[in-house]
Amino acid sequence: MSETMKKTALFALVAGLIVFTGLFQSWNTALLILNMGLISAIMSLGVNLQWGFAGLFNVGVMGFVALGGLATVLVAMPPVGEAWAAGGARVLAGLATGAALLVAVVLLRRAMRPGRARALVTLVVLVGGFFVYRAVFDPGVEAVEAVNPAGTGYLGGLGLPVLLAWPVGGLLAAGAAWIIGKAALGLRSDYLAIATLGIAEIILAVLKNEDWLSRGVKNVNGLPRPLPYEIDLQNDPGFVETVQGFGLDPVTSSSLAVKLGYAGLFSVVLLVILLAAQLALNSPWGRMMRAIRDNETAAEAMGKDVTRRHLQVFILGSAVCGIAGAMMTTLDGQLVPTSYQPLRFTFLIWVMVIVGGSGNNFGAVLGGFLIWFLWVQVEPMGYWLMQMITAPLAEDSALKAHLLGSAAHMRLFTMGLLLLLVLRFSPRGLIPER
Amino acid sequence: MDALNAIVALANFVLVPAIAYGSQLALGALGVTLIYGILRFSNFAHGDTMAFGTMVTVLATWGLQAMGVSLGPLPTALLALPVGILGCMALVLVTDRAVYRFYRAQKAKPVILVIVSIGVMFIMNGLVRFIIGPGDQRFADGERFIVSARTFKDMTGLEEGLAIKTTQGITVITAVIVVALLFWFLNRTRSGKSMRAYSDNEDLALLSGINPDRVVMITWLIVAALATVAGVLYGLDKSFKPFTYFQLLLPIFASAIVGGLGNPIGAIAGGFVIAFSEVTITYAWKKVLGYALPESLEPEGLVQLLSTDYKFAVSFVILLIVLLFRPTGLFRGKAV
Repeated sequence: MSETMKKTALFALVAGLIVFTGLFQSWNTALLILNMGLISAIMSLGVNLQWGFAGLFNVGVMGFVALGGLATVLVAMPPVGEAWAAGGARVLAGLATGAALLVAVVLLRRAMRPGRARALVTLVVLVGGFFVYRAVFDPGVEAVEAVNPAGTGYLGGLGLPVLLAWPVGGLLAAGAAWIIGKAALGLRSDYLAIATLGIAEIILAVLKNEDWLSRGVKNVNGLPRPLPYEIDLQNDPGFVETVQGFGLDPVTSSSLAVKLGYAGLFSVVLLVILLAAQLALNSPWGRMMRAIRDNETAAEAMGKDVTRRHLQVFILGSAVCGIAGAMMTTLDGQLVPTSYQPLRFTFLIWVMVIVGGSGNNFGAVLGGFLIWFLWVQVEPMGYWLMQMITAPLAEDSALKAHLLGSAAHMRLFTMGLLLLLVLRFSPRGLIPER
Repeated sequence: MDALNAIVALANFVLVPAIAYGSQLALGALGVTLIYGILRFSNFAHGDTMAFGTMVTVLATWGLQAMGVSLGPLPTALLALPVGILGCMALVLVTDRAVYRFYRAQKAKPVILVIVSIGVMFIMNGLVRFIIGPGDQRFADGERFIVSARTFKDMTGLEEGLAIKTTQGITVITAVIVVALLFWFLNRTRSGKSMRAYSDNEDLALLSGINPDRVVMITWLIVAALATVAGVLYGLDKSFKPFTYFQLLLPIFASAIVGGLGNPIGAIAGGFVIAFSEVTITYAWKKVLGYALPESLEPEGLVQLLSTDYKFAVSFVILLIVLLFRPTGLFRGKAV
């Protein structure tokens, strides 16, 4: 079977699975899977940029995805005027103080000669500065959070169209990646892994605790949508007439229409990123990246600046994850910091890339769809399987209840098994790198 | 008097919890560091290995409790611990045979092994959640305190109380025993010496007739024991929840790296460095400073440097500082 044939067959298989879901479960579920599959595909393209192209081991995907989600709030939510009046300026001044402090430390360290004196001065400035920063920052935060804590209690966003949040999410993630990359990219691969793992946890801790920024665990609900609400469609006589012309129920079809609209928007983004990634892969830049990945020393000997290229591709990949994160929060319509879990948003994306085929963009996209489909469908399948297994047990048996109740956790097990099987028997993935 | 009160408050809120937490981290980090030294990869599944061993212990504890067996003032879990260790040993040996051995034979790159360990992590995580569920499980019983705050106040007449939980005492004592046994094994026995030789220089060790399969097997057995003990102690001290154990991965790795990956003494030191910094930076110092400083200087706020939710940030920042300024860790670890 030729390469193209195999590729087409695999994609057809995934499309078939989704259509199958639509026919036998409901089209609503099928479209939900499709939408999240599109987003997952974008995330795994981002990870593929870093791992497949350049061999960078980033397990902080969750952090960048969460930053994308934050961008949605910062861009699209209306500003809370009262909170800005109460402490907005003070919060900004606090942040500026913090930034100035870091710059001062860097400049000081440049000006002084290395030695004990420099270490001491750095420490004193950092600790002293920290207290100054908190003194400026804390009252502002308190004032902002005191403004109607049940409803707002945060600064709000800029009130701009939500679609703008997608590129902004990318920029935010890119900025964070730049800082992290500057500090951690010189490290060995598994140190980089631990460092990114930690960064993701910190970004999440910030989202959960800085209420003035993201309302923390109180969540931000009711994010503006780029598409009309279902209820508006149902009240639109034109829409109702059209769908009734097809013999469809307006309530169901309004929800399907909105989901289809999202699918369209997401597909455009996916296609643009996929096209860019393909062009990059086949360009001299892509060849250089792979050369660096395969032999850093040789690439360095050819005059390539390995650290800079690594930083570049790290930022690009993270930005892609940030865009996907912003899209996901837009789809959900709310930012729920507690919903970000490393197994789901970091390691599952890794399963997608490895299973799909690292180094191959189409592989990453396929992995995104396929693994997301399984992640959703393994749960009902596991439940069904458990029902079969436990059928002979008595109706009121505790073991039966426990097994049925635990069936949901089968999905983690299945994902791990799948990853190990692919790594063992087809280590280059379903669609290997050419 | 105020000075004494300050010291007692400091001991109660900072020293005792940090020593107990540090011992738990040190035991966890020892496991990570041994795997790194012998098998030469960072084991992402370590947190979930701990969770599995603890889960078996919890189940055995419940069984013992149902049979009415108890250790009096000590937690029953100590009796169940050997069962947990055996269960965990069985699990890691099966995993090694089914998963890791193949890649060892292939001489796969360390980063491939790390990805493989992520797969193992998923499986173990799913297994633990499947068997015991994702919820919080308490399994500590017996006496709650060695010294409770009230008795301490009555005894000394101080304003501040010092409470030492039984679990904290057990944690420290067990950790000392386990570490002493481990070092005795590594430094005095033939198997331990061959492990160190294998870790220092694989080729030379193979040349002098050391059986690599045996070394790897012994390593896994020790790691399983360490992971289970660390997990059970942590679970007794706080509570057992699979997700928390997964999250422990970060401070444990930070401890191992700060101390120097592959260096057992470093792992212990790293565990305490991380634990003490986490506790001191997230502790509200108002009380201690209130006693220690003259009245005019008494602080108004809580004097808490960071809220407790940022404890991950603390271990992470220390990790980063050490990596940037001393990449092989405080005690010279190895760089593969």
